[in-house]
This record gives sequence, C-alpha cells and structure tokens, in this order.
Amino acid sequence: MWDFDFLASTMLKLLAALPTTLELFVLSVSLGALLAMGLTWMRVSDNRVLRNLARGYIFVFRGSPLLIQMFLIYYGLSQFPVIRQSFVWPVLREPFACAVIGLALCTAGYAAEIFRGGLMAVPGQQIEAGRACGLSGFRLLRHIIAPIAVRQALPAYSTEIILMVKSTALASLVTVWEVTGVAQRLISQTYRTMEVFLCAAAIYLILNFVIARIIALIEYRLSPHLRSMPQAAQPRPTIVG
Amino acid sequence: MDTIAMFGFGERGWGAVLLLATLTTTLVTLAALAIGAVFGSLVAWAKLSKNLPARFIGDAYTTIFRGVPELLVIYLIYFGGSALVTQAGSLLGIEGFLGLPSFLAGALAVGIISGAYQAEVFRGAYLSVAKGEIEAARSIGMPKLSRFRHIVVPQVLRFALPGLGNVLQLSLKDSALISVTGLAELMRTTQVAAGSTKQYFVFYIAGGVLYLILTSLSGRVFDTAERRVAKTFRSSIGRGA
Repeated sequence: MWDFDFLASTMLKLLAALPTTLELFVLSVSLGALLAMGLTWMRVSDNRVLRNLARGYIFVFRGSPLLIQMFLIYYGLSQFPVIRQSFVWPVLREPFACAVIGLALCTAGYAAEIFRGGLMAVPGQQIEAGRACGLSGFRLLRHIIAPIAVRQALPAYSTEIILMVKSTALASLVTVWEVTGVAQRLISQTYRTMEVFLCAAAIYLILNFVIARIIALIEYRLSPHLRSMPQAAQPRPTIVG
Repeated sequence: MDTIAMFGFGERGWGAVLLLATLTTTLVTLAALAIGAVFGSLVAWAKLSKNLPARFIGDAYTTIFRGVPELLVIYLIYFGGSALVTQAGSLLGIEGFLGLPSFLAGALAVGIISGAYQAEVFRGAYLSVAKGEIEAARSIGMPKLSRFRHIVVPQVLRFALPGLGNVLQLSLKDSALISVTGLAELMRTTQVAAGSTKQYFVFYIAGGVLYLILTSLSGRVFDTAERRVAKTFRSSIGRGA
C-alpha cells in the first residue's frame, strides 16, 4: 500500500522548500528578539508613556491572529500610493519581506513578556552585590543581569521559538513558497493528502527536534553552577584521625 | 462610499456581515474547544496510563499535533476528509467531488490541535491532585467511578482552569486559519470585504479589532471563573487551615 516512489519525490520537493522556511525562521526570530529587547526596556522603564506604549503593543500583537497582521502588512499597506512611491516599497513589495516583518512583529510581542519575566527573576541582592563591586550600566547588565535573565527566560523562550517554526507556515498564504505552501500545492495537484502530510510533518518534527536540542545545549552551557561536579574534579575525602 | 456607510448596517454596509462572521468565529472556536476537550481528556488518560502502547499513542499525538504547523493539520482534515467523503459517496452511487462541510472540518482540525494542548493541561492538573485525597477516598471505601466523579474531576477542572484559558486564546487565533477552507468566519469575511471594497487597510484593522475584542472578552470570562473557583480553595495563609 505504500508508494515509496511517490513519498520520495514528495520529500524531495518539500526539502527543496526547506531553505525558504529556515530563512523565514532565522530572520524573523533574530529581528523579533532585537525588537523584543527594545520593548522589554520600554516595558520596565520609569517613563509612563514608554511603558504604556509597550503594553499596548504587546496587547495588540498577542491578542490578534498572526494571519491578519501579515495580511495587513502585505495587502493593507500597499493600498496607499504614498507607500508605493516611497523608499520602503522595494521591501514591502516582496511577499517574503512582508512575511518576515509580520512574523518578527508578532513574536516580539510574546518575547517581550518572556524577557520581562526573566528580568524580574534576577534577585535584587545580586544586582546590589554587583553595584557594591563597582559595576554599573552596561557592565552590570553584561556580567550580572543578562546571564541570570537569559537563563531564566530560556525555557519559555524555547517554546516561543518552536511556535515560530510553525508560524512560518502562514507565509504560504502571502504567496511565499515554503514547505507548507509547497505541500498544499502538492495536495491540490495529487489529492494524496495523507502521504504529503506525513512528509511535511516529518520535516517540521525533525526541525523542531533539532532546534529543541540546540536550545537544551545552550541551557546546559549556561548553567554550569547547577550541575554536579564531575567525579575527577571532586576533592578527595580527607581521612581524619 | 465613506467609512461610516462602509461599516454601517445599511444595504451596502459590512457591519452586519462582520458581526455575523464574529459570531461564526465564536461558534467554531467553542465547537473546537468542546471537541478538543474530548480528545484532550482521552489523550491525557492514555498518557497517564500504565499501559505502554497507550502511553506511546498519547505521546505521539501530543508531539505531532503540537509540532506540526496548524495550517498543515487543517489541510489534512479538510482535503483528507473530503477525499474520504467523496469515496464514500461513490460507493453509494454519488458521482463527483464531495466536500466536507467547512464548519465541521475547521472545528475538527482546530479541535484536534486544541486537544493536544488540552491533554497537557489536564495531565498537569491531574498530577497536582493531592495523592492523600485519593487515598482517603479509597480508605472510606469509595468505588473507583465515584472516586473519579467526586474527587478527581472537580479538582482537575479547578487546576486546569488557567491552562484552559490559554488554550482558548490559542484556539481563537487558530480559528483564523479555517478561512483557507472558505468558511465565512471573521478572517475570511474580512478578506472578502477588503477585496470587494479595495479598502484593505481599514478592513484588516477592523478585523483585528474584532479579534482583540474576542480575546479580551474570553480573558475576562476566565479571570472571573478563576476568581469564583479560588473561593473554594482553602487558603493556607490566614483563615482556615
């Protein structure tokens, strides 16, 4: 009952679209993380206007579906002649760029809250201790706050990253030919839904598995103080008496 | 046509259509949530059971449906389901392509995804029911079924409430993807309205605002429910205990 020739040819066609999915993912997650850092900074700042702006941004982008945000950018913005004649048009004309912008804006809303959670988990005493050692400003952030905050935020952020892998599928609806888009085209050409679905699902599951392992590795590297000491490095028991 | 007439309830206004679509989105999300509750509790039960094959099936279910893009699952159910219906139709002597009703296919697809998330919520909630309570029930001779009915279920529902609120928000946003099957829910209707008036920007903003209203309303409902349920928990601080 298994048609391996069909499965293999489907797999090859889908794998040809994998680079597009990966590009969408890497670009939008990095842009989104940068934006989220700015938003986190605004969200925890003392300035009420900045704080409320960030709060509003997070409310809007977490409360509405990503699809509508993407369509707003791709179809909505191109409606205005002002935009079509301005310098941003070469970017907004491209479905790929619009998909990246949509994904990045959306993930920034979620990531900002995750980063804020990480920041809140930094114990006040550690910051005081850092200050007492004469650290301030950027060096305090670099050596005390960031390492703890990143470690705290990583588990929740890894969930968000996996969600982003899945979200790249929506780019197919603004005519970017990534894995899901190609799968949809194959389904409507061959009507062999199950086989195409299995191939595409396998690609996404393996991709998610690899990304989850990489994040677990980073988490491991960031928490040497929480691991037990290797046997060889342990001090010899002293014999008393 | 000016904006007010465009969103009005007159003959050429889109107000009534958009409100109807919002209702469809609500209904399809609630149907999906109900389907997800059935799948979710069955899968949670499988994942918690001592039976190895059952546990494997439960784990596979949650891994696949949480790791594969929602859009792919919708394609699987809609196109795959339609192929099955067409086959069944040809057996009964009905020729030609038969489509699965898009409301049913959409609710089923989002329900299956929601079920994977609900399974994890239910599993976590079950694990937080104190063992002593079940032991106490057993020691006074409660039979298995009434232990489940009177001790386990009420507590699981209470513990699961915050998690279910999150799943509802997820499903609400996933329901926008059902628009690819042509169901006239909020996303699809917004697209149609935007296309036929050429006012893409305004209509996508309007659709987004309606989604924001739905997500904040559902958040409000769950907040109220959590507060009501909190009354029945014995507080470990202050009075009681």
